[in-house]
Amino acid sequence: MSAGADAPRAAADWGWAPLLLGIAGAAALWAAPGPLGRAVGLALVWLGLWGANARLANLAVTAEWERLRRFAVAAIFGLTLLTVWEMAVTVFAVPQVILPAPSAIGARFVAALPMILGDLWQTLVKGALSGWLIGAAAAVLTAIAIDRSPFLQRGLLPIGNFVAALPIVGIAPILVMWFGFDWQSKAAVVVVMVFFPILVNMVAGLAATDALQRDQMATWSAGYWQSLLKLRLPAAMPLLFNGLKITTTLALIGAIVAEFFGSPTRGMGFRISTAVGQMDLALVWAEILMAAIAGSLFYGIVALIERRATFWHPSQRG
Amino acid sequence: MSRVLPVLSVLAAIVALWYLAAVGMNAAWVRDQAARAGETVTAGRLLRETMVLERPVLPAPHQVAAGLWEGVAGQKITSKRSLVWHGWITLGATLAGFAIGAAAGMILAVGIVHNRAMDMSIMPWAVASQTVPILAIAPMVIVVFASAGVTGLLPKAFIAAWLSFFPVLVGMVKGLRAPDAMQMDLMRSWNASSGQVLRHLRLPVSLPYLFASLKVAVAAALVGTIVGELPAGATQGLGARLLSGSYYGQTIQIWAALFAAAILAAALVWLIGLAERITLRRMGLSR
Repeated sequence: MSAGADAPRAAADWGWAPLLLGIAGAAALWAAPGPLGRAVGLALVWLGLWGANARLANLAVTAEWERLRRFAVAAIFGLTLLTVWEMAVTVFAVPQVILPAPSAIGARFVAALPMILGDLWQTLVKGALSGWLIGAAAAVLTAIAIDRSPFLQRGLLPIGNFVAALPIVGIAPILVMWFGFDWQSKAAVVVVMVFFPILVNMVAGLAATDALQRDQMATWSAGYWQSLLKLRLPAAMPLLFNGLKITTTLALIGAIVAEFFGSPTRGMGFRISTAVGQMDLALVWAEILMAAIAGSLFYGIVALIERRATFWHPSQRG
Repeated sequence: MSRVLPVLSVLAAIVALWYLAAVGMNAAWVRDQAARAGETVTAGRLLRETMVLERPVLPAPHQVAAGLWEGVAGQKITSKRSLVWHGWITLGATLAGFAIGAAAGMILAVGIVHNRAMDMSIMPWAVASQTVPILAIAPMVIVVFASAGVTGLLPKAFIAAWLSFFPVLVGMVKGLRAPDAMQMDLMRSWNASSGQVLRHLRLPVSLPYLFASLKVAVAAALVGTIVGELPAGATQGLGARLLSGSYYGQTIQIWAALFAAAILAAALVWLIGLAERITLRRMGLSR
């Protein structure tokens, strides 16, 4: 008998325990005199919310509710973290310059939204996106160019794999010196950062057809370009998108870090470093929140395009 | 041999291109200096002088190599100009963070595989967190720690741990779930407890996944440490070397620090690869 099968019954017997724990914890938070009592209260609140979540996770539900349940469990866990963070900051009176409460960050985010969106435009669209597009195009063209030469492939692939593990972001100060403070230098950093991961994936993608498929092309007497366009490029798409998805995060990181070495008076990296200097940590966290949202959206949009472009691939049909 | 020759010729091509670029990018400065002195620049002189500038736009490869050698062997290793000393500081924070992050990732992965609630609560966030540019906030973490009175190795190790945590967690969960249904059924028919299943089936099967994610994690930990060394005021570590080089226009110093970081990264990844090969061979899993 595995432990998983026992859990729902045990949870059902103690169904109301998490709620009671949570209430007891909240009461302790208000009433407790010393920091120790407050810490115990906080732990009880955490246990209560976690227990409720565990109960929801082990509930037997029908298949059509399963998706909603999975979403709810993840969302409740996120809310639990936020609640405990907020309570901890409040009851222990943590100074704003060390850790602002989520509510303070939210308020700052809303109040400074126009400025943050301006920073986002400078960093994401001008710096990261343009660099990502240039780097991806260069990597795809390079992959196609070296595709006909096994010699170049054997030479470039180990180097590409090696470079992909290096701290490339360190070239940011050099490129800022070369291309100036504006978005061009950020785009240049992003180009270098995304080039090799996409190149390695694209070369592997171009090799992803099997002999049977290539023979079929040969029987139809397809030329190099025909078989490239009709067979090998479409077959390379899943791996290409794999590379494109990995590099969305790299692009944003490169653009933000490059701004630490010099930037015009806007941009997320610039704002983070100046806000840290002014001890305005709520604004720093608000920029981080925006970067997180933008990073997830960037990734999500590329994943969406992937679904459209590679609808035939087994991983997309499930 | 079939692998060495292509790699070497591509490397040679890169070095040749680099020399050409160094001549091209440094030419403007040499011409400028000559024009001020009222002299004309011949091609030979251009070639000679673009190779030996003190603060070139792009240092030639041999200048970088000389800078690297000077930093590694030309100093006492306790000197503040020694790359060994800076590299040692970076390496310490990287390894401390990597050990913490990898251990936490493995422990949490075991919890996730055995507890449905942990799985459904944490995994979506762990996966989503991969799309968030965490590295970009590394300098801020340092400053916040500093304002709370914590400086030195710990804040950098925290960033390195944070960055190496998620790849290990995701890879390890995948690995612990890798045993197929038949193997799990066999364990069940032997009446194995979940601890025994973990020890005798899940952990051994997960090792290839673990090593693959450890390589990613150690590279991420090093990058995190270096970026963590960037905030103004940092004086120790390869990242601080990059930053001070960028402040004072010491391009050779920047490139030397960059190559030192690259060598460090390569060595760390190679070491984990070595551990992987030895472990898998002793388990009879090597291909």
